[in-house]
Amino acid sequence: MDTVLVLAERHGTACALLTLARRIGIPVAVTFGAVNVDLYAVDPVHAAEVAEVNAVNVDTEHAVHAVDTAHAVGTAHAVGTVHAVDAATLARYGAQAIWTVESSELADHPATVKVEALADLAARTRPCCILVAEGHDGPEIAGRVAVRLGSGVLTGAVDAWMGPNGPVVTQRVLDGSYLVESEVIRGVTVCAVRTCEIEPTPAPPTAGSLKVGSLKLALPQGLRSARLVSREPHRHDLTTAAIVVAGGHGLGSREGFTLAERVARALGGATCCSHTAAELGWCRPEQKVDQIGTTIHPQLYLALGVSGSIRHRAGMQTAQTIVAVDRDPEAPIFGVADLAVVGDARDMARELLIEIERRK
Amino acid sequence: MRIVVLVRHVPCATGGLFFNPDNTLRRGGVRSQLNEADAGAVEHAWRIAVRRTGSQVTAVTMGPAEAAAAVRRSLVLGADEGVHIQDDALAGCDALGTARVLAAAARQLGFDLVLCGVAATGSATALVPAMVAEILGVPVLCSADSLTLDHGTAVIRRVDRTRVETLSATLPAVVSVTPRCGVGRYPRFAAVTQARHKLVRTWPLSRLDVPRHEVAPATLVRAVRPVSDRGRVVVDCDPPAAAARLADFLARRELL
Repeated sequence: MDTVLVLAERHGTACALLTLARRIGIPVAVTFGAVNVDLYAVDPVHAAEVAEVNAVNVDTEHAVHAVDTAHAVGTAHAVGTVHAVDAATLARYGAQAIWTVESSELADHPATVKVEALADLAARTRPCCILVAEGHDGPEIAGRVAVRLGSGVLTGAVDAWMGPNGPVVTQRVLDGSYLVESEVIRGVTVCAVRTCEIEPTPAPPTAGSLKVGSLKLALPQGLRSARLVSREPHRHDLTTAAIVVAGGHGLGSREGFTLAERVARALGGATCCSHTAAELGWCRPEQKVDQIGTTIHPQLYLALGVSGSIRHRAGMQTAQTIVAVDRDPEAPIFGVADLAVVGDARDMARELLIEIERRK
Repeated sequence: MRIVVLVRHVPCATGGLFFNPDNTLRRGGVRSQLNEADAGAVEHAWRIAVRRTGSQVTAVTMGPAEAAAAVRRSLVLGADEGVHIQDDALAGCDALGTARVLAAAARQLGFDLVLCGVAATGSATALVPAMVAEILGVPVLCSADSLTLDHGTAVIRRVDRTRVETLSATLPAVVSVTPRCGVGRYPRFAAVTQARHKLVRTWPLSRLDVPRHEVAPATLVRAVRPVSDRGRVVVDCDPPAAAARLADFLARRELL
């Protein structure tokens, strides 16, 4: 079995990527940071592996050796910075080896360091596939790694399996309206993955030990790269909210729109709006959800008086559960809804508030 | 300041899309237009150019004969000249091949800044700006919500999930802009007529320094299928009863 290199940056996405990687080959996680061994010992399932981790030598050559061994026994590798908790999680989700990458330039040139690390490790470990989460810079990293390796690259991956000629990837394309099965026929399969569509499932416990390798990375002299100047918290938390309530033209007025905000508060979620509601000034423009504005992937998306134009649907249709309330039974939003309620959005919002209050 | 704007000619998807037996997108019989995000990039290029002397904005597209329309539209929106790369060998070209061709064109034209509109994630073209930059060996700034140029440095701001990031790069660089950066103006009639006198060059692949094997697809599409509707429940009753059913539905999924 070939290894699959997984860029494990964040907890949530890493688990989904490792779940996908297990369907193709042996997952190897790539992380950025140092591995904390103590926390690792807490996990009883993998307690046997602690000795192995303690024996890790940060010297690159040893690390390479460790990963080569992992290859031989048929394991998967992850690349990145592993915090203690992460190592245990990565192992639980199937990482058979972890590469930790240390670089002093990570803070200034995050994307470039990740590209260099993946290209470097791809040359060392010869994986059959490289998986990157399709976050903000996922497509950038995937594209640049593919250029480095001269490989084909696929985006919007939602599923994958090992075919006779290498990994076969299911992609969700054109605003999610088509599923495409693709293969990379030249080089390593580089994939940007839609992690929100993959249910992370822990791997069955295995007897194999976790190998940890370390890579010290310095960017080549004179390499031209974008520099991260600052990173400040954004006031609104719409993109990461688990529950999102959307208000649209059907709420009738700015006062009507406050109903959406009250429902969101009652459910403990965030409020977003359709293009029309934003244009009418019922809410802030940054609350607008559409294809190239804010794209949301909540667990619950509840639309009140949103008809669901194609651009709005493109921004929310990956939500796990979609509930829509609209007057018009032909509203396009009902095409993607799990529960479609035909009726006046204001009346429904008021009744729903009472119902939620009653059940609390 | 030499600015190269990469533009795409895309089908209007209102009537649904159709695929050829070889799984390529069928373009015949479907109305196509300049991609909206790229119109924003042309607008931004024009705004940069109009404040500087000796600026030149070149719109570049790659595609079949009809794609020239995207270049023509870019000229109306403010580009000074256009290049249309058209070659039968480019049919079915994937992201890597496209990036190689566009990078070769930018290199041949000479550039301080390469601009393009962002693509929705999930479309292969979302990768092209970063790939072009990697091939050219210049920095890339993706998904700019605002772009300013100052003494040979490009500075962008973008919203990454819950954070606002500021990134900078020295020119030459590749920048992809979102519509929050600005959208195309509605052109004046004078601009439409003037655009007819602007130059559009059609380049075959041989005009660029790209060997044919480099544009051969590195990916293969095996099957395309439309996504069927999810199983859904329709509730059409008076509000209190409907609200109760809605609350039941949420409770069943542990959302309430």
